[in-house]
Amino acid sequence: MRSDGRANEELRELIVKAGVFKNAEGSAYVKMGNTVAVAGVYGPRELFPKFLQDAEKVHLKCRYNMAPFSTKDRKRPGQDRRSQEISKVVADALEPAIFTKEFPKVGIDIYIEILQGDAGTRCAGINAASVALADAGIPMRGLVAAVAAGKVDGDYVLDLTYNEEEKTKADVPVAYVPSLKKITLLQMDGDLSTEDVKNVVNIAIKGCEKIHEAQVEALKSKYAVVL
Amino acid sequence: MMTISEEYVREFAEKGLRLDKRKADEFRNVEIETGIIKSAEGSAQVRLGNTTVIAGVKMSVGEPFSDKPDEGVLMVGAELTPIADPDFEPGPPGIQSIEVARVVDRTIRESKMIDVKALKINDEAVWIVNVDLHVMNFDGNLIDAGNLAAVAALATAKMPKYEDGKVNYDERSGALPVTTMPISVTTVKINGMLIVDPTKEEENAADARLTVSVKNGGNVCSLQKGGVEGFTVEELHKALQLAGDKQENLRAALK
Repeated sequence: MRSDGRANEELRELIVKAGVFKNAEGSAYVKMGNTVAVAGVYGPRELFPKFLQDAEKVHLKCRYNMAPFSTKDRKRPGQDRRSQEISKVVADALEPAIFTKEFPKVGIDIYIEILQGDAGTRCAGINAASVALADAGIPMRGLVAAVAAGKVDGDYVLDLTYNEEEKTKADVPVAYVPSLKKITLLQMDGDLSTEDVKNVVNIAIKGCEKIHEAQVEALKSKYAVVL
Repeated sequence: MMTISEEYVREFAEKGLRLDKRKADEFRNVEIETGIIKSAEGSAQVRLGNTTVIAGVKMSVGEPFSDKPDEGVLMVGAELTPIADPDFEPGPPGIQSIEVARVVDRTIRESKMIDVKALKINDEAVWIVNVDLHVMNFDGNLIDAGNLAAVAALATAKMPKYEDGKVNYDERSGALPVTTMPISVTTVKINGMLIVDPTKEEENAADARLTVSVKNGGNVCSLQKGGVEGFTVEELHKALQLAGDKQENLRAALK
């Protein structure tokens, strides 16, 4: 039994909403337990500085940012090394799902704001960004879903909270595109045998498939035509 | 835009070949030299083919972090000096150097290579260990080369003396408390082919990258995926296997 009463392969309470902001062309809200992320997408739009323009494909710009009030100790505003790295791996996680060659020379901006952090913020950010991209009408091969898994007290557990992350032998965030059957983000710190890595990734993929359903539902409930 | 040589790399990969005639699972020649910098507490130069990275360890005494009062501090930084590549520019660290530094940092930290608890001096003072990676010549695979350099520098570092609240750098004594040696093995995917130890051309032509870091005994201590494509579960298993196989040769080069 886990500290919050969940089963090992059970996700935290998950809320996904599509289209939550007016100005952004696409937006989404994702709540995974006490982790809350919102994402907004602008574009495809003209890209400056010009040297960033790519004649073959769209330039995907991603900014992951934690609000100063999202953590126990106030987070200093602005981009630190951690958020820059996360911005990059999140962009890499989303790009395989996007038909990037449809939009040469222009840019798509993805802004992710973490409003409340209780572990798994990059995964919540990816879940929100992926729905926001679809909401913006960007042509995609599929939605990207993400969740972390790990090993606590000998058990493989899904969707860790901060308290569990402290105790885990390893924290493995995974992003997965069910329609492509591809892992598009994979990180880990900790100590696991190769078998453990395979099993942890396996339960994370199962979790991603469930999150994917919620993402699809969110988009359907915004765009469903009432007959 | 891809260069002509990068297009060649992709065409070759389709036939299962590499431009430099290496096998898919073949590393370039590895040379490690330690103790090359006198002013540093530990140092190493790693040549991985034409990629050259120098790691220097500097130690000082400072306050512990408030959330970890019983632990010393270990930090890894990386600088891609403009000498190393025509495309590197001076200025604040770009995303590439940040990623290299953070992946090497995480790998060393999570492997618990250095027993940071043994770096505590008293309640107010702990050792602060800075590892700085200086890339001198760039031909791809900075993570594996940087990791080897950092590990070699830390493993051979000699601690300065701490007397009467001061660090005496003229007298160096014991080694750092080393418990294990984490080794990183980076695999990239090019046109469906998985290869280890990519050159700069291969990195630029690659669709995706996966770094697997392994401790003594074979347990994995960090993973980092990069690149704009995904990996299938089978490809992940192959990359784990490659890391397990290749780490032994790299480990041998450390001795």
